[in-house]
Amino acid sequence: MNGDRATWLIKGARVTGPGGQAAADILISDGMIEAIGSGLSDAGARVLDADGLIALPGLVDLHTHLREPGREDAETVETGTRAAALGGFTAVHAMANTEPVADTAGVVEQVWRLGRAAGYCDVQPVGAVTVGLAGSRLAELGAMADSAAGVRVFSDDGRCVADSLLMRRALEYVKAFDGVIAQHAQDARLTEGAQLNEGEISGRLGLAGWPAVAEEAIIARDCLLAAHVGSRLHVCHVSTAGSAEIIRWAKSKGWPVTAEVTPHHLMLTDELAVGYDPVYKVNPPLRTAADVAELRRALADGTIDCVATDHAPHPVEAKETEWQEAAFGMTGLETALRVVQRAMVDTGLLDWAGVADRMSVRPARIGRLTGHGAPVEAGRPAHLTLYDPAAPAEAVSPAGASKSRNTPFAGMELPGRVVATFLRGTPTVLDGKLA
Amino acid sequence: MKRHLISAADLSRGDALLILDTAEELASLADRPIKKLPTLRGRTVVNLFFEDSTRTRISFEAAAKRLSADVINFSAKGSSVAKGESLKDTALTLEAMGADAVVIRHGASGAAHRLAGWVRGSVVNAGDGTHEHPTQALLDAFTIRRRLKGAATRGAGLDGIRVTIVGDVLHSRVARSNVLLLSTLGAEVTLAAPPTLLPLAVDTWPCAVSYDLDSELPKSDVVMMLRVQQERMNAAYFPSVREYSRRYGLDTARMARLPEHAIVMHPGPMNRGVEIAADVADSARSTIVEQVANGVTTRMAVLYLLLGGTEFPEVAQ
Repeated sequence: MNGDRATWLIKGARVTGPGGQAAADILISDGMIEAIGSGLSDAGARVLDADGLIALPGLVDLHTHLREPGREDAETVETGTRAAALGGFTAVHAMANTEPVADTAGVVEQVWRLGRAAGYCDVQPVGAVTVGLAGSRLAELGAMADSAAGVRVFSDDGRCVADSLLMRRALEYVKAFDGVIAQHAQDARLTEGAQLNEGEISGRLGLAGWPAVAEEAIIARDCLLAAHVGSRLHVCHVSTAGSAEIIRWAKSKGWPVTAEVTPHHLMLTDELAVGYDPVYKVNPPLRTAADVAELRRALADGTIDCVATDHAPHPVEAKETEWQEAAFGMTGLETALRVVQRAMVDTGLLDWAGVADRMSVRPARIGRLTGHGAPVEAGRPAHLTLYDPAAPAEAVSPAGASKSRNTPFAGMELPGRVVATFLRGTPTVLDGKLA
Repeated sequence: MKRHLISAADLSRGDALLILDTAEELASLADRPIKKLPTLRGRTVVNLFFEDSTRTRISFEAAAKRLSADVINFSAKGSSVAKGESLKDTALTLEAMGADAVVIRHGASGAAHRLAGWVRGSVVNAGDGTHEHPTQALLDAFTIRRRLKGAATRGAGLDGIRVTIVGDVLHSRVARSNVLLLSTLGAEVTLAAPPTLLPLAVDTWPCAVSYDLDSELPKSDVVMMLRVQQERMNAAYFPSVREYSRRYGLDTARMARLPEHAIVMHPGPMNRGVEIAADVADSARSTIVEQVANGVTTRMAVLYLLLGGTEFPEVAQ
């Protein structure tokens, strides 16, 4: 990456705003968007011809597993953020289930520093809710909030904060620093040994069923708790139609509840498991076509606030096994925007302003990330993603910048191409390659 | 026929009848003083057993040996698998040794499916987790046809035969394979079980469902009892073994409700006194011992057809 802070002139990009799209030039200088308008010129600027490209505010992922420290064989902060940049992201939230767990100020600061050193996108650590993700004692949430990493999102992701009292206290406690609890909603008893969405496919394949109610019951409880204590709840990776309905109901009450959906839950169904290929094994599991349709609708109407990747890299041997032995999870950073185009834009459910809202503005707001998720306008930090939606559909290659190759989209033809990503005015990606 | 036998769904009606008819031909061998055929001479069949299952393993072993195949028994216990070797590495090892067929028994659903992606030889699923056990269904179909239609039944299906499968369908690979195969062959299958032991979407299966065994018995030509694991009550599938036995066990009183010609089947191993009373298991209606004998001939037919052995004119005569 060239760390220069050159002045850039992006010519003729389609800038999305409330009024739709208008072709405009974007002048970037000193890390900021200096001007937007037609016919801009700057003799010293490097010029990027963005004819036909959409200028989105840099994408923000609320849910990324970078695996460092502890599982550097699967991903590192460096490789994960390279993948993020190629996917158009300028900020990612690094989940806490590392080894050691990110449950102290020391660990979150380490991850934050690794992100700064890598420089491909901003890495905002997520702090664990409970010590060691064990679900019994609160981690030092205040210390993580006050650390250099400035943690605002707390999650035991991978595990559910099951204890109702502990969940209530966590929600209450983080109010002091405007934090949010991001819950991995999964009733443990209802999902003991569970492998795949409970339904026709799991019954046929003889894989232990993972009922929708195991997710929905926890979400319902947590919405009620959030309302009771007036605290912010964020629901991770919503995967069922019923979950969307509960969140819609909670929002209709004005309760402070937000939610995310993953690209894979917007596109894939449990029928893909018929070959027992664990590349389709994920937590929560792939659901039915009816769930996919309902999740798309909920994302379109704003019930679900944002798309979050739940990028979960795993080494090859963790997936080249029997289904029930395999690890849960899929990579997603490099394909997220293309999947969203296919699932939401090409279907007419969302326009590009909507994509900017669901993949940048709202996740940044939920994570209280300053500088990110701002509209593309003069005076804002220059976090930008230039995307070509008309790029011919190309088959996804499993070999990307991520250290792992467990993408369920390998071989699938997806439209679009991330052409360039700018982080604070500096390109991390140019012409679809790391700059 | 496909190259592998992983699911009963892999078999068309024609495939299934070909296997049953071939098994009938091979069965005539069992009455001869020399039971061995040279058809698979020089071929290697590996029995890859990750679960203890002596009865299934020796059944396949006897089948392969009667066809003159070389048999390698690979048991996971005490092997490299116990030291953490992956299924894939085991598969590559077998591949390097030149296995023409791998018979796999494994505790994970889909293991046979995965294995088929890693080896060139034919894969025969001898039971994978709670998924399927297609050769059990074939030997059951063979047994039903012989008992209810007689030996001279080549080409005949099971059309109109009413089969009631009783017990832990949710965790039963035997039930899954039998529902698929028996319905392919034209039988009318009914599952009788407590609701907790039926898959949630069982209404999408090609069979009927009942919670009341007693009402099904008078209209059953075949009643197939499934083994119920007593530990299931710990996960609240049923309150107690005694209650299960009272409601879904086949005792002499229930057996008396069956039509005169009806038969009682069990894939084994049995829990006498739980799903089946000793008097029922040992009664004239019971086909349990026959099922074991038929297992060998049916598996011979499967290995023969999958490996495309040479003709056996001495049988055809």
